[in-house]
Amino acid sequence: MADTTGGRERRSDFITVSGRPLERCYAPVRADAEEYCRELGNPGEYPYTRGIHPTMYRGRLWTMRQFAGFGTAEDSNARYRFLLQQGQTGLSVAFDFPTLLGYDSDHPRSEGEVGKLGVAVDTLADMEILFEGIPLDRVSTSMTINAPAAILWAMYIVVAEKQGVTRDRITGTIQNDILKEYMAQKTFVFPPRPSLRLVADTFAFGSREAPRWNTISISGYHIREAGATAAQELAFTLANGREYVQTGIAAGLDVDDFAPRLSFFFNSHVDFLEEIAKFRTARRIWAREMRERFRATNPRSCMLRFHTQTAGCSLTAQQPENNIVRTTLQALAAVLGGTQSLHTNSMDEALALPGEDAVRLALRTQQIIALESGVANTVDPLGGSYCLETLTRQLEQETQDYFDRIDRLGGVVPAIELGFFQREIADASYRYQRRVEAEELAVVGVNCHAAGPAPAINLLRVDPRTEFRQVERLQAVRRDRDGHAVERSLRHVREAARGSDNLMYPLLEAVGAYATLGEIMGVLREEFGEYREEAIF
Amino acid sequence: MELVSRLLAGDAAALARAITLVECDPPSPRDLLAAIYPYAGKARVVGITGPPGVGKSTLVDQLATAFRQTHAEVGVLAVDPSSPFTGGAILGDRVRMVRSSADPGIFIRSLATRGQLGGLSQATANAIRLMDAAGRGLILVETVGAGQAEVDIMNHAHTVLVVLAPGLGDDVQAIKAGILEIGHVFAVNKADRDGADRTSSELEAMLEMAPDRAAGGWRPPVVRTVARDGRGIPELVQKLDEHWDRRQPELGAWQRRQAAAELAELVGAMARSRLQDWAVKSGRWEEVLDAIVGRRLDPQRGAETLVSHYLNCRPGEDQGSKTGGRIGRRKDA
Amino acid sequence: MDRIIRVMVAKPGLDSHDRGAKVVARAYRDAGMEVVYTGLHQTPEQIADGAVQEDVDVLAVSILSGAHSVLLPRIISRLRERGGTCRVLAGGVIPEEDVPGLLEAGVARVFGPGSRLDAIVDFTRELVRSRV
Repeated sequence: MADTTGGRERRSDFITVSGRPLERCYAPVRADAEEYCRELGNPGEYPYTRGIHPTMYRGRLWTMRQFAGFGTAEDSNARYRFLLQQGQTGLSVAFDFPTLLGYDSDHPRSEGEVGKLGVAVDTLADMEILFEGIPLDRVSTSMTINAPAAILWAMYIVVAEKQGVTRDRITGTIQNDILKEYMAQKTFVFPPRPSLRLVADTFAFGSREAPRWNTISISGYHIREAGATAAQELAFTLANGREYVQTGIAAGLDVDDFAPRLSFFFNSHVDFLEEIAKFRTARRIWAREMRERFRATNPRSCMLRFHTQTAGCSLTAQQPENNIVRTTLQALAAVLGGTQSLHTNSMDEALALPGEDAVRLALRTQQIIALESGVANTVDPLGGSYCLETLTRQLEQETQDYFDRIDRLGGVVPAIELGFFQREIADASYRYQRRVEAEELAVVGVNCHAAGPAPAINLLRVDPRTEFRQVERLQAVRRDRDGHAVERSLRHVREAARGSDNLMYPLLEAVGAYATLGEIMGVLREEFGEYREEAIF
Repeated sequence: MELVSRLLAGDAAALARAITLVECDPPSPRDLLAAIYPYAGKARVVGITGPPGVGKSTLVDQLATAFRQTHAEVGVLAVDPSSPFTGGAILGDRVRMVRSSADPGIFIRSLATRGQLGGLSQATANAIRLMDAAGRGLILVETVGAGQAEVDIMNHAHTVLVVLAPGLGDDVQAIKAGILEIGHVFAVNKADRDGADRTSSELEAMLEMAPDRAAGGWRPPVVRTVARDGRGIPELVQKLDEHWDRRQPELGAWQRRQAAAELAELVGAMARSRLQDWAVKSGRWEEVLDAIVGRRLDPQRGAETLVSHYLNCRPGEDQGSKTGGRIGRRKDA
Repeated sequence: MDRIIRVMVAKPGLDSHDRGAKVVARAYRDAGMEVVYTGLHQTPEQIADGAVQEDVDVLAVSILSGAHSVLLPRIISRLRERGGTCRVLAGGVIPEEDVPGLLEAGVARVFGPGSRLDAIVDFTRELVRSRV
């Protein structure tokens, strides 16, 4: 992620393609000084509407981070090395469904799902292979994992330490955002309250032992993918953010100890201007909430840092090349909105997992925006646009209205239990679909300009023997490990789960003993219970 | 009928198809219901009702699983409202019935109200009968306690469980007049939430004030449950069992009352439909209607006129005689 | 009288993407059908047994996890084994080349990404009409 560079910039000057020098940042010529400072502020100044750093991409470009993972650890390791070789600057790990839900690859429910939508990880052995030959002191890693986030993080820490990289030096992110799972993404396992306890344990552990790691990525991405509007994405994500801050405070942490490690993750959808406004609004609201509601004094606590992914749900199976153009616009919106890192979707993702050529093209899209387009050469180039500033104010108001409604329901968890978010999202998603079908919303290549030949795209097929190979390795690990050490460590996990000791320590012991993800999650399932969704339409 | 023999043998697909057939209004194959009738009457029926959002489906899931320890086959009927606009419905009870839907010994059927108020009770009664004849020894019937139709359905249950939960605002007060009278056992679900004490004590107080309860000898117990994790379920099952045991001596009389009520309802419905049919076809309906609208006849006298004319003519004595010519002839006679 | 069509909308396996399933369920309801929604993470056995118990006319299965070739045949064989006669539709991210195999296994039609709700509803209605 971009860092404050003390005002140092990538180059001594930034000049347009026609030879015109660009200032670092443009501000109104005759500004209403008071309003400008209150609503916008210069980049790097509260309330950070224009960006969290004074130099933004003139100092350091965003992290180009392509989400990837499929098959076995070997398959994904090869993809990561390929991406790093192509100029990617950070890793982002996608896990398969059994891993996301904490089942081993040989569990009956895992059949047919192993390695399909992400990489299968059962034990530390898989994690060792996954990062083989990748220097974890230099590469930052983001892991999209929620219910079992603490366990996968523990595996990562152990792998890093085996590489000789101590835990205080690792950089990266675990998604660990369980609240949005109940709202939208639905890969929950435990009920909300014990889940939040696990989150609090990772916060406490992180602030003590792994200060460079982002212990949460508060995600609007999936809320949007589930069909929410821009305002809903913004409001529900920031409401979750407030809930996590409260969770940390309730666990006895000082807000300025953990708030600087909170990071966010937004969607960049098709509506170019509205999306840029959304990112700017997010920063402004968060800064105000942190300072005014939570009394944070560290400026870093007030800076909303975020990763962006272009909208998967905007991709079409019809005329898939059009997706390149959509993704380009969405990526541009994210950059103009001041993102710290970015994933660009590949053109074939409405059809299958992305193939290598398509991923390279998606990465090249970011590189062209960064290095050729010039938009990275001045900070917040669209700041001050009448349209954009109005949209920003409107989104702020809509978010505030949602905050009020959520507060009236008693907060985020009661509102989840009442199905409030789920219903709002389901309604929005149905409205959207009806508008598309009524052709009130255009989807080029689908409901208009649909004529054209079907393209030939090389789809990635996950090797059908993946499941078999993965199960074989899992069983070998179970055979070769020290069974007593596993049992002992699982007992420690159970004791910590029943009590209030930080779970991270027994989890580190358990993964180190090669206890499987399913075994550890099994203990936690017994202790915490399982969450069942509400039927909400 | 092959369907009947398969149903009586307990075949799930046959039972399911039979319910589809009787769910239509009117139920299409009369002989189906006639054929299975002698085999029904053995099952124990527990009705579960309460306001939306109290966790009824989750509780039913737990109860169905718990009752499986004493019953080889359990049936669940979950009734949900149809959309008044489109007539369609989304029936989502299975989402909460995670354990039951994985147990082949539990047969779950979702019914939509289909906007048929009186008919719903009859359709449910018939569905219960089919499950009963198909060997489901214990049947749980779940409805949203919203109106008279749901209360009527509960008349078919030996034991009625009313479910409430804290945090529903003034709902306890609001339902006092509605479903409180019909409850034999009460559950305060989500009892781990704030306000559970208040809900329980308000409920106890209201039950205390209902005088006819004490006279009957059965004091409706209030059980606290957390259906999500199963807390309180054994206690709840025990109270339901106690009520069932308590009912045994008067079960014969109850069944007779039930049969009488059903007979009266069917006779009423049948008589009305025949009479109206005759009146319309014979032209009398319009005649009397004209007289009423013209203030020459009041509605009460108008109805009497029609009924006595009908009884004097006694048309449609045997079924299937409702042909125009025949009625015409009788009218002239 | 036009009988009310009953459909089960099911989410098998570990797949948690339920946006499409929910939108389709609503479209069915708005078209006057009765929709039994199973919720997420159902086993093939739960779905097949449920479809039998509910005596639905059509079972609409949504899969976006890539496990379709394992899950769908298993649902259908259990369904037939239990005497279920309903027709089966599939929706979700299913590559073109997998479609023939699914049709072979007894799926009446596969609706891929970008399918119109009207088309799904109309096809379902036709399917029921042709069955009666």
